[in-house]
Amino acid sequence: MMQHKMILRVVSKLLIPFILLFALYVQWHGDFGPGGGFQAGVIFATAFVLYGLIYGLGSLRKVLPAWVTRLFLSLGVLVYSGVGVVCMLMGANFLDYYILSNTPHGGQHLGIMLVEIGVGMTVFAGIVTIFCAFAGRAAADVNPSDTAQEETHP
Amino acid sequence: MNIEIVTSDLLNIATLLIMAVIAIAIARIRNLFAVVMLSGIYSLMGASLYVILDAVDVAFTEAAVGAGASTVLMIGTLALTSSREKVTPNTLNTIKGLAICGLIGIALIYGSLDMPLFGDPSGPINHHVVPRYMNDSMAEIAIPNVVTSVLAGYRGYDTMGETFVIFTAAVGVITLIGRSRRRRKGGKESGGHGS
Repeated sequence: MMQHKMILRVVSKLLIPFILLFALYVQWHGDFGPGGGFQAGVIFATAFVLYGLIYGLGSLRKVLPAWVTRLFLSLGVLVYSGVGVVCMLMGANFLDYYILSNTPHGGQHLGIMLVEIGVGMTVFAGIVTIFCAFAGRAAADVNPSDTAQEETHP
Repeated sequence: MNIEIVTSDLLNIATLLIMAVIAIAIARIRNLFAVVMLSGIYSLMGASLYVILDAVDVAFTEAAVGAGASTVLMIGTLALTSSREKVTPNTLNTIKGLAICGLIGIALIYGSLDMPLFGDPSGPINHHVVPRYMNDSMAEIAIPNVVTSVLAGYRGYDTMGETFVIFTAAVGVITLIGRSRRRRKGGKESGGHGS
């Protein structure tokens, strides 16, 4: 895919580290400015989508195998609800973060940070997963003989 | 002060006008590739509108998801289907559709007449929980960005539901179009492209 697009390849390779860095900035800076887990997850995923668009789906799956995105997809949800369960185990209500630390404010900050990490992981993995599913399907459709048996499995 | 209001009004009107023009273009253009690009630009204009309204968090999401991710997904969909809209000329259907759109539009405008004016300080939206969040969240949660403390703190339960929605959406896509390819390819291809 896109073997001849020299400028795109060079520019995207230069851009991707900065996109990832910006996503991390948005993730950790959500308490003080615009942003948070959702936006950070989308931006983080965008870097991988760009990589997949320029270098092809096969290269993207080498960097980020399917099991990694699936792991992140479920891990994010697990982290979010896990924080809630930990709050309950420590004696507060579900997702009542104040109990997580010595001071109520510290607990709120810690809880919100963990929860945002969970959101970021799930959103990132979700976008990459959906992109790969669509792109993989499109690549399969180039070869129509592949699609013949798809409806046969339960 | 007055000049500021006029400038922001002009910006609002200009942005909304551009969005209206893009919407009409989307309805009229038959080349779906151009339509996807235009809807990305539409999202970007929406994001600028949110910035004018001081809703930077929403603008951020709109720019990242609406203009970025969903455009890529739509182009991915176009790769699966055709990039040209199929037109079946049918005057009766056109008239019916126009009538339904017109009626719904009139009903929506009629409904909006009961709403408080934009930015009205006595509107119900500025009375219920908003003053509490604005005044007390610094003392209760101590996070400077109130949007974050509402989203992850006060409304943490809702945000958890949203995270589950994204999880479910991705799982649904894997089940519908990701898996079949993996099954098919089986041992032939190491790992496989399908997610």
